[in-house]
Amino acid sequence: MGALFAILQAATVALVLALAYRPLGDLMARIYTSDRDLRVERGLYRLIGVAPRVEQSWQVYLRSVLAFSVVGVLLVYLLQRAQAVLPFSLGLPAVPEGLSFNTAASFVTNTNWQSYSPELTLGYTVQFAGLAVQNFVSAAVGIAVAIALVRGFARRGERTIGNFWVDLIRGSLRLLLPLALVSAVVLLAGGVVQNFTGFTEVATLTGGTQTLPGGPVASQEAIKELGTNGGGFFNVNSAHPFENPTAWTNLFQVVLMLLIPFSLPRTFGRMVGSPRQGLAILAAMASIFVVSLTALSLLEAGGAGTAPQLAGAAMEGKETRFGIFGSTLFASTSTLTSTGAVDSMHDSYTALGGMLPMLNMMLGEVAPGGVGSGLYGMLVLAVIAVFIAGLLVGRTPEYLGKKLGPREIKLASLYILVTPTLVLTGTALSFAIPGVREDVESTSIWNPGVHGLSEVLYAFTSAANNNGSAFAGLTANTPWLNTALGVAMLLGRFVPIVLVLALAGSLAAQGKVPATAGTLPTHRPLFVGLLVGVTVVVTALTYFPVLTLGPLAEGLI
Amino acid sequence: MATTRSTARTHWVALRAMLVLTLLLGIGYTFAVTAIGQLALPAQANGSLLRSTDGEVVGSRLIGQSFTDAAGEPLPEWFQSRPSAAGDGYDGGASSGSNLGPENTDLVTAIAERKARAAELDGVEEADVPADAVTASASGLDPHISPEYARQQVDRVAAARGLDEAEVAALVESRIQARDLGYLGEPTVDVLQLNLALAELRG
Repeated sequence: MGALFAILQAATVALVLALAYRPLGDLMARIYTSDRDLRVERGLYRLIGVAPRVEQSWQVYLRSVLAFSVVGVLLVYLLQRAQAVLPFSLGLPAVPEGLSFNTAASFVTNTNWQSYSPELTLGYTVQFAGLAVQNFVSAAVGIAVAIALVRGFARRGERTIGNFWVDLIRGSLRLLLPLALVSAVVLLAGGVVQNFTGFTEVATLTGGTQTLPGGPVASQEAIKELGTNGGGFFNVNSAHPFENPTAWTNLFQVVLMLLIPFSLPRTFGRMVGSPRQGLAILAAMASIFVVSLTALSLLEAGGAGTAPQLAGAAMEGKETRFGIFGSTLFASTSTLTSTGAVDSMHDSYTALGGMLPMLNMMLGEVAPGGVGSGLYGMLVLAVIAVFIAGLLVGRTPEYLGKKLGPREIKLASLYILVTPTLVLTGTALSFAIPGVREDVESTSIWNPGVHGLSEVLYAFTSAANNNGSAFAGLTANTPWLNTALGVAMLLGRFVPIVLVLALAGSLAAQGKVPATAGTLPTHRPLFVGLLVGVTVVVTALTYFPVLTLGPLAEGLI
Repeated sequence: MATTRSTARTHWVALRAMLVLTLLLGIGYTFAVTAIGQLALPAQANGSLLRSTDGEVVGSRLIGQSFTDAAGEPLPEWFQSRPSAAGDGYDGGASSGSNLGPENTDLVTAIAERKARAAELDGVEEADVPADAVTASASGLDPHISPEYARQQVDRVAAARGLDEAEVAALVESRIQARDLGYLGEPTVDVLQLNLALAELRG
């Protein structure tokens, strides 16, 4: 019976996404290819001083992305430092330097890692004028970069890949804002709060008192899921009844996280003039998703481990209204997109169940990944897959009529090396640097034994892949982790973006080679299988050794 | 020099774009949603507050409470909520799970103790105590328990209040919330609302 309800719940999500795939994918293709500006957009372009019809080379596009992100980090940092004098701050003091840096890096990079407990640290103004804005624009930046790469595949012999400012404004205004507004009202109807009342004391039934929090939560919640950001308004994120009150709001939030990432393959297919190429990418993403969700659900329903066995089920850190499957569906969705929101505490999952969210992130956030970043990550893997297929049969690799020469392959290879390097180096340094090691072991780690290593590994995996979820027992608000994770988030976001835009530039400059009998068809099941294989093998080979030291040791011994 | 100038110009554009978007997406959007919430859905927007019969706010239908004495001992005349890791228990200013791992001995010990206590309090076998009764929720504010845990507590609550067991059992059955739309999530019982209804029974 439980299994049937679980399957129905997953089928509902699949049905909604299937219905949205064409209209939303086509809408996004129109948004990013249209020649027409809305009147309000023309006003904005004048205000910020850009000429919307002037296209940018990849270098100028990149410089714009970076400049915008630098300004974002500075603004979010300054807002936190000035919290004491901002309105609606609930009397909270300025956020300390190290934590402000970490949080600024976190929200600008679409990671939304939270070293802090929001109830105790952040007033409303920092949340809505700082963090919520980054929830919108970091998502818009991710989609913009993905669209720039798609233009690289679609164009022939051109120097330019679009105009970043136009992509940013259109993504924010035409796509994210209307969707967020509607979603926020739906969440409101479900019971998510939206007020400025601060904390209220109530006298309880037994004569005690209870503190109830308030805040502009629904507005932030909508864009948190829609933009695959994941930063909770409250400490426990979407497990909090004021962020996620019911089983149906839980399902709604799952749909919001998946909506744009799963529709972008359609946009890609449309823009390169072959929707079936988009379907192939979608198929690769969806098959990984289904397998991972099934595995996690079975592991948690199985409830292996001393504590779950004793309790009778793996309900530690899970909410009654969601149950096991509502929790695993959310956890899989949140870590396979780059959202990182949680509706249950991954730290308390069964040992192997807790490894699954980690593995999901280690895949590089491509199934379906974050808004935009999932598509560009998967397209880079497609380039690698085509290259490997080319090596096998001894032909020059081509993808979508573009020759994949040494430059393209070098950029793609560097791309897949960035996050593993950050994850493994960061984890290793945490246990290798004298002084830091003691601090990590005594202050940061919460659970003893190998589970403690898993907490640190999870943190760097989450930061470098811009996910933001955590084994939340870890105390990350220390000088080392605030700095190291902040740097990992910035490098894990922007080094890949540099490589992707360089790839876009180099592809756009090429002509188109006609398909011949020797061209590998990239819309068939064979290629989908190859792409999934490449994604899994790259991850497995990279991370298997460190996983044996953490979750595998805990779960299998 | 030319690159310095163009870099400065790009950052100037970026700053203006960020400020304009902050006005629109930060302030404009947030206040628009707040206005909609306060005008069209004020009950939800303000925390789904629950009032007792005399009109006093006693909590939120979405946020759980503890029904214990000052020392944290369960009060037998009230249905008990799940264990909580939020502050001293159900602290709405400090939501938190325990984050204890599956092999953590602290968690194993805590579960064993809770199991023994719940079994003793409700006069049932330890093996029959449901999982939600001995595990802390993710939020520490879980307003619900499973129907099984609610049923387990019926005899004890009835005895403590001098009420008919069948009457309390019927109240519990009437308070079981089915899965959303018939198949989403799990069946639940909202503890605060159940206890409010229980207080009415006595009166």
